[in-house]
Amino acid sequence: MTQEQNIELITVDKLLDKVRALRQQGQRLVQISATRLPDQVELTYSFDLNDRLTNLRLFLPGVATRLPSISSIYFCSILYENEIHDLFDVKVDGLTVDFHGNFYKTRIKFPFGSIKAPCAKPATAPASGATTCGTAPAATTGANK
Amino acid sequence: MSRTVIPFGPQHPVLPEPVHLDLVVEDEKVIEARPSIGFIHRGLEKLAETKDYVEFVYVAERICGICSFIHGQTYCQAIETIMDVKVPLRALYLRTVWGELSRIHSHLLWLGLMADGMGFESLFMHSWRVREKILNIIEATTGGRVIFGSCKIGGVRRDMDAETIKHILKEMDVIEQELREVTKVFLNDRSVKARLSGVGVLLKQEAYDLGCVGPTLRGSGVAQDMRKLGYAAFNDIPIEPITRSEGDCYARCAVRCEELFQSVQIIRQALAKIPDGEIAVKVTGNPNGETITRTEQPRGEVVYHLKANGTKNLQRFRVRTPTFANLPAMLKILPGCDLADVPMIVLTIDPCISCTER
Amino acid sequence: MGYFEMSKLVLKWALTKPPTTRYPFEPRKALAGSRGRLVFTKDNCVYCNVCAKKCPTGALLVNRAQKKWAIDRLRCITCGYCVEVCPKKSLEFSTSHGSPLVTKDREFY
Repeated sequence: MTQEQNIELITVDKLLDKVRALRQQGQRLVQISATRLPDQVELTYSFDLNDRLTNLRLFLPGVATRLPSISSIYFCSILYENEIHDLFDVKVDGLTVDFHGNFYKTRIKFPFGSIKAPCAKPATAPASGATTCGTAPAATTGANK
Repeated sequence: MSRTVIPFGPQHPVLPEPVHLDLVVEDEKVIEARPSIGFIHRGLEKLAETKDYVEFVYVAERICGICSFIHGQTYCQAIETIMDVKVPLRALYLRTVWGELSRIHSHLLWLGLMADGMGFESLFMHSWRVREKILNIIEATTGGRVIFGSCKIGGVRRDMDAETIKHILKEMDVIEQELREVTKVFLNDRSVKARLSGVGVLLKQEAYDLGCVGPTLRGSGVAQDMRKLGYAAFNDIPIEPITRSEGDCYARCAVRCEELFQSVQIIRQALAKIPDGEIAVKVTGNPNGETITRTEQPRGEVVYHLKANGTKNLQRFRVRTPTFANLPAMLKILPGCDLADVPMIVLTIDPCISCTER
Repeated sequence: MGYFEMSKLVLKWALTKPPTTRYPFEPRKALAGSRGRLVFTKDNCVYCNVCAKKCPTGALLVNRAQKKWAIDRLRCITCGYCVEVCPKKSLEFSTSHGSPLVTKDREFY
């Protein structure tokens, strides 16, 4: 019952052309998700046509990350890209609807780590033990961009 | 003509969960809607770094109170795909039955809220009265009314004996009769029709391009239902998605009413075919891998993207809930409608904001 | 399609007993299998600490030296993990919910 999925690795500059081609085929945007790896940010774009998923994967370097927005091709991507900006500190160029960092109002800015602090510490220490990120000590409250 | 900005929410009698809209209004017609969410962001995705993957089922279930069971089921399904665990067939059938019960209760809740949003309070009370019967079945079989707590990695935690199954089937007959009475009012009453027909029209191509899912998409004529992918017991129980072509609020309401009866049929079929056997397999070790799993919640398609790297904690837990995908549709329908239609349009996408913001 | 489609439902329920229970004057009918409240039987417990380790919220506290078992009722989510793993079967669920609590302390047994 595994749902098949194929992941294609691309680079940032090819992103808009690839997305336009998928739009021509009639695929719809399913999700955009981001993961913070130790020294880069990994993005996954998922598209669907007739219940088959097509995924694009790209890696952004940890510093000076800028991502072109696909909101001119798919309007619904504004929500995903604003969320990625608010949680991961990835600057997105060309958003049609831009919240300028106010989409989620969190106490710690960029809770999933920003360029300055790869892993943000949670606000209160959890009862069951330490967090798994052992990198930079956290002085992340209100990190200035 | 001067414009006024009217704030809608986060506290509003029609909203089940807090969302804020700034409506730019020109003499009772809405020109633009600016959304503002983030009131209920609990940071559940970050909790994956501290809770191990077995306990995380409890967190995944608590993302939402209305669609909680299917969140837990999708999480277990995703981990089972990564770890290549073969779940016994009886557990899959039980998960299907609970999932469909969850769908009936969620749709009845929405029908009640829709009636309440229109001002039709007695219909709201009757919808929730029928829902109480469903919640009693759920509590008798799983232990909880809202948070079921019955999915675990490798299967389910509780079984249903033959006596309970007979009782559920008898209750389903009574419930189906009562559902017919309630949905007859929703679909045939003139005042309900006047309030819902022609309001918030979403055309087929636009709905598909905006990335809508669930009854919002099916009400505009696109036949898409993730249950066709064949997860859980849906390999043996084929589903035909229910669609309507008009694309207005009435069509979406009608799709949900008809899905109630489809769910009753699925429960009857699943309980008739349920095989004997184990209800869970033992799972040891840590997950290592990545998967994207999709299931059908009452509100649409939910996507779980999990990455695991061989440790006890997941590297990334990402949920894309159906209301997140339906929000752009709401922002596109609102301009051009009357101010009095705004509650209907906001409710028609079935907003579950606590899912959206996790 | 007509006006007053509701009239049949309204008439039927105007002549029937209301389906709501007059809680708290009438007690709620308990459903078997309901996860109401955790009940601890002191005689069987050997203070092995497995339940406290498995509890996802940290509601249980076991002190082996002093032979004390404590539960924070407000943190307990009645998930049933402790009931499943207890080797001496000294934990179980009762179907009635507990009464409202006045303080936030742990209950010691």
